Amino acid sequence: MIMAMNYSENVMDHFTNPRNVGEIEGASGCGTVGNAVCGDIMRMYLDIDDDGIIQDAKFKTFGCGAAIATSSMATVLVKGKTVQEALNVTNKAVMEALDGLPPVKVHCSLLAEEAIHAALWDYAEKNGITIEGLEKPVADISDHH
Amino acid sequence: MKQIYLDHASTTPVRPEVLEAMLPYFTEEFGNPSSIYSLGQTASDAITTARETLATTIGATATEIFFTSGGTEADNWAIKGFAHANAAKGKHLITSSIEHHAVLHACEALEREGFEVTYLPVDEHGLLRPEDLKAALRPDTILVSLMFANNEIGTIQPIGDLAAIAHEGGAVFHTDAVQAFCHEPIKVNELGIDLLSASAHKIYGPKGVGMLYVRTGVKLRNLLNGGQQERGKRATTENVPGIVGFAKAAALAAADATLEHDRQQTLRDHAIRRVLAEIPHAKLNGSWKNRLANNVNFSFEFIEGEGMLLQLAARGICVSSGSACTSGSLDPSHVLLAIGLPHEIAHGSLRLTIGRSTTLEEVDFAIDSLETTLENLRMMSPLYEDFQQGKVDSVIKQYAADGFPYTN
Repeated sequence: MIMAMNYSENVMDHFTNPRNVGEIEGASGCGTVGNAVCGDIMRMYLDIDDDGIIQDAKFKTFGCGAAIATSSMATVLVKGKTVQEALNVTNKAVMEALDGLPPVKVHCSLLAEEAIHAALWDYAEKNGITIEGLEKPVADISDHH
Repeated sequence: MKQIYLDHASTTPVRPEVLEAMLPYFTEEFGNPSSIYSLGQTASDAITTARETLATTIGATATEIFFTSGGTEADNWAIKGFAHANAAKGKHLITSSIEHHAVLHACEALEREGFEVTYLPVDEHGLLRPEDLKAALRPDTILVSLMFANNEIGTIQPIGDLAAIAHEGGAVFHTDAVQAFCHEPIKVNELGIDLLSASAHKIYGPKGVGMLYVRTGVKLRNLLNGGQQERGKRATTENVPGIVGFAKAAALAAADATLEHDRQQTLRDHAIRRVLAEIPHAKLNGSWKNRLANNVNFSFEFIEGEGMLLQLAARGICVSSGSACTSGSLDPSHVLLAIGLPHEIAHGSLRLTIGRSTTLEEVDFAIDSLETTLENLRMMSPLYEDFQQGKVDSVIKQYAADGFPYTN
């Protein structure tokens, strides 16, 4: 394993072999956060069943190694969880699961949390439901298109 | 894993002959050049010889060469030292928006002291326009500092023309030649250069040593006060092994300068042609014609630079990027922004710099790996997905539509 930028082995693993890359057609929820000017965009797709359990999660990310690794880890962590439990997948949880990030890369993990929230928000809106504790995500780039 | 080093603009390995020349000055010839006994004199003589060699390289005289700790110190000394010594004549300086931070931050430090600095723009190829310099000169302009060749995009400036304009306006002319020294032919008198910064570790010499050429009669205030080294201009015991290594590296470079320049240029052009022919959504940054022989710099759309660097590093390929993520700041390279690149494609840039050891096979392997890397990253990119679905336009396609020549 190549070590670079002081990334942990786990980060490099998720960067080199990202889990759950792709799209979900007819996803229950899809959210995009970040913007190209800042150099980070994350898009997350969620497939949520009738019991509110996340059956599948996929992502696409434009960004640095940390952004890709945190997206990958975020999809791993939300899979199999209920919508409510997915809200507990915070940036801190993603970072811990990756054995930490260099200080300059902490903002990438915030983007992963935002991407989960954006996808959940989209799911809630589509289904006319309210997810307790979920606030409208702020960094949705679809606003700028 | 075999390392393919294509980052020679960052630094170069010390050539074995250079190391060999340096070694005795660490051990048996360790004397302080200021000492009067023979051990000191041997060290002193070595510096004298080195100074003569380096002076010859740029057509200067030995008394005009001052050793420094590297390119950064030479730039700082030239700019701050000149400004402080000549403030009575005026407090205006001119530089460019694509200088190395050693120059830009030295200028900013002077601004905080009350000096005024004009930062000249460059065109879309990274070239300065002589008429911009002419227009910026004022009666109180004391110094013009413009880099010989850019470290990121390799653009070589028309230094002779720029120096002539600076002189017509009554200003002294400094050039940061760190990337050009021993790579491009430089004769200070033919070009009209008054101050020139160079560094050893860009020419297969050791790190921690550089020089400032100071034309006879040009006054600088000292940066370092102390002993009488460097004829009282720069205190500190001389880095004798470093200085010897610097001169050796310059002499070796001179021995096959044209041959090696042309060999690297052939490899560079091969790399540029392959990228333009084989990799979609790519744009060459910098002028192709007025370019360092070893520099290749591209922007690739829909991807971010650090991911590209990490994937290439996983294949043993060492290159660099103008991406913000590699520097720890949120802004991409000031040079790429100065040539007008939008942020989103400035983030996806790659610099590959060829060196003496670089082979055609290495260049081809790097370009092959780059193609694979870009395919992987674009498959992962939401921007590429949007582009394929027709939701966003290609910035680089717009460059091509606007008549920019080197895009794909």
